[in-house]
Amino acid sequence: MKRFGSWAIAGLVLLLGRGQRRRQLPPGKPVVEGGSPAPGSELVVVGLLLLAAALAVVFIVLFAGRANTQLLGLALGLCFAALAVASVLTAFRLLSSEVDDEPYPELHPFEAAEIEQIAVESGQHLTRRKLLVLAAGAAGTALAVALLAPLAALGPVFDTSRLRRDPWRKGMRLVDANGRVLRANDIELNTLHTAFPEGVDRENLAAPIVVVRVEPARLDLPADRSDWAPGGIVAYSKICTHAACAVALYRAPHFEPSRPRPALVCPCHYSTFDPATGGTVLFGPAGRPLPQLPLAVGRRGELIARGGFSGPVGPSWSGVRE
Amino acid sequence: MIRRVTRFLDERAAAAPLLRKTLRYVFPDNWSFLLGEIALYSFIVLVLTGIYLTLFFEPSLKDTVYHGSYEPLQGQKMSEAYRSVVDISFKVKAGLLIRQTHHWAADVFVVAIVLHLLRVFFTGAFRRPRDLTYYVGILMLMTALLEGFLGYSIVDDLLSGMGLAIAYSVVMSLPVVGANVAMLIWGGAYPGIPSFESRMYIAHVFLLPIAIAILLSVHLLLVVARHHTQFPGPKRTERRVVGLPMVPAYVPRTLGLAFGVVAVLVLLGGLIQINPIWQWGPYSLANGTNGAQPDWYLGWLIGALRLMPGFDVTIGNYTLIPNPFWGGALFPLLVFAFLFAWPSIERRHSGDYDFHNLLDHPRDVPWRTAVGASVFSFVTIVFLAGAMDRVAVSVGVPYTWQIWIFRAALLVVPPLVFIVTQQMCSELREREWVEVEPSIARE
Repeated sequence: MKRFGSWAIAGLVLLLGRGQRRRQLPPGKPVVEGGSPAPGSELVVVGLLLLAAALAVVFIVLFAGRANTQLLGLALGLCFAALAVASVLTAFRLLSSEVDDEPYPELHPFEAAEIEQIAVESGQHLTRRKLLVLAAGAAGTALAVALLAPLAALGPVFDTSRLRRDPWRKGMRLVDANGRVLRANDIELNTLHTAFPEGVDRENLAAPIVVVRVEPARLDLPADRSDWAPGGIVAYSKICTHAACAVALYRAPHFEPSRPRPALVCPCHYSTFDPATGGTVLFGPAGRPLPQLPLAVGRRGELIARGGFSGPVGPSWSGVRE
Repeated sequence: MIRRVTRFLDERAAAAPLLRKTLRYVFPDNWSFLLGEIALYSFIVLVLTGIYLTLFFEPSLKDTVYHGSYEPLQGQKMSEAYRSVVDISFKVKAGLLIRQTHHWAADVFVVAIVLHLLRVFFTGAFRRPRDLTYYVGILMLMTALLEGFLGYSIVDDLLSGMGLAIAYSVVMSLPVVGANVAMLIWGGAYPGIPSFESRMYIAHVFLLPIAIAILLSVHLLLVVARHHTQFPGPKRTERRVVGLPMVPAYVPRTLGLAFGVVAVLVLLGGLIQINPIWQWGPYSLANGTNGAQPDWYLGWLIGALRLMPGFDVTIGNYTLIPNPFWGGALFPLLVFAFLFAWPSIERRHSGDYDFHNLLDHPRDVPWRTAVGASVFSFVTIVFLAGAMDRVAVSVGVPYTWQIWIFRAALLVVPPLVFIVTQQMCSELREREWVEVEPSIARE
């Protein structure tokens, strides 16, 4: 190690000496000031650089092998860490840390005046300046609008009718996530079921619904929905009317007398809806009740829709009707 | 060697005078100026790791079935986009390292920008002639937020989908034009047409990075043109700037910082798991999960959406302004409007329209410091409220109580912070006078 050190110093001295012999700085004040030799630190820096090189090689070897994420990260990360320490040592021990100063840039009133002069003189022969500016403005604006017009093809800008699209039709059967037909007997108390219309694309905002059974005695639906909940089974859109997240939580009381009533809860901003009263908002930022889907029970006990939702599905927008 | 290169450059590009000047360009020597550089180096890491990821990522919502090495997802239906990111994580060599480094770099990028912004704000570095630099910086922060959001949205995992659903609802909630703008962006009702994924992708890997790169270049050019600011000190005046010359002092220092930033990001990427999308699972409209959290820099928006009392502006039975507008659109707009308006508000308030190359110590401008701290405390409380559901699970304070605690805090804490900060500033100044005066007397 000692021998290697003296060789390294000799090499550095030679290198530096070579540079100095050739350099022909004009005599006088040096530009770079400060700093003093630190041969020990130089060796440390050399060691760190070689360590970085070794770690880079380790990275390559690891990559060629099983490429374990943690080991790769360690090899590459430590390689950069060695380089970082080497750089900082170079800055603080090997090279001069002199400070310098220079004037802040001033304003340039003369050049600024000249720019104005050039502009004025360039246009001095124009007789209809205002008209020309107006015409150029018209051309520019119209062209800009024309070039932006194709952006309207991105989507149906003015036709928002598809926001009201509802795939549910009278007589459609409810199926679960695996496509199995849901029967009234499958729906137990205090359990949240997700269902879809049979044979319809599920990535449609109005497709997913939640189905729960409410004790018929508790049911308090609006008057015109009295026959929407056979045996206390109610269905609502699964898409929260606040911010379109899936209403994926069901709050079922562990101990009825002291706990809050059963509710449908959205996990994004905790809008909470009451399944017993037509999806009305119990808590949270939602502004509209969850749209309800009228249900009926088919001849073989399967759940079917009696028609479409009670209102628009998904988040509200300007002009949507409650 | 050096002589030959210099000669070559001078002959071809007449670059010697410029190079000579550049080599002795002075850089700031105060630590707080390094925050911007950390953001710069994080951005470089983002670009490099991002390029690697684009080589394997497939921006497509086409259905596919997973048959890879990760057993729990075996046979599951998912999109090509999600499948390709699971493959990047488990199949592509160094894929997980690069992906996680990319994600960590994005988080660190925004942290560094925000801390840098706080430094600039509280020391008055935004004043003329650097107001334009400041505006460009804020634009960069806004672009970075959108860029980060799109980054974790294109993956099409469960968290992506929940985030996009909220984004869609916020766009929909814009008064009058909301539905039209949402139709334009998504190409239809949520979850939108398949090419929505391509739209996010081109924005994330091309449009927004280019925008950030341009803003970054303008930002740095403006910094160089007017030089950096400095705290007052010996020889440090409004007319002369003191600092470390690029060569020999600054280059090894900033290289050290650059390597250090990369080292930290790569070590994080290799050792600390972030966004394990294989655990979230693929997104489907009907799926949602409790305890979902966005990346930290969007926490203030989810907090605002959660804290906002549930009211819409309605006319009869018709909605005019839906609820997500308040927290998701108006709140961030107001915060950014405050940041943009501040330089001119301060100019008008103080009547100080001068150039400033010297920085203020925050205590010396109690009014600005107090307003800044107050606004910052407001945003921080909203940010913390974004984690109310996690707090409920880990500490046990019911969510419904927390909502009211946080709402009360929003009314009480910022004014309190204003008063306390102002008081602290003036006391610090008095104490400083006591300390300085004897030395003046000695002279």
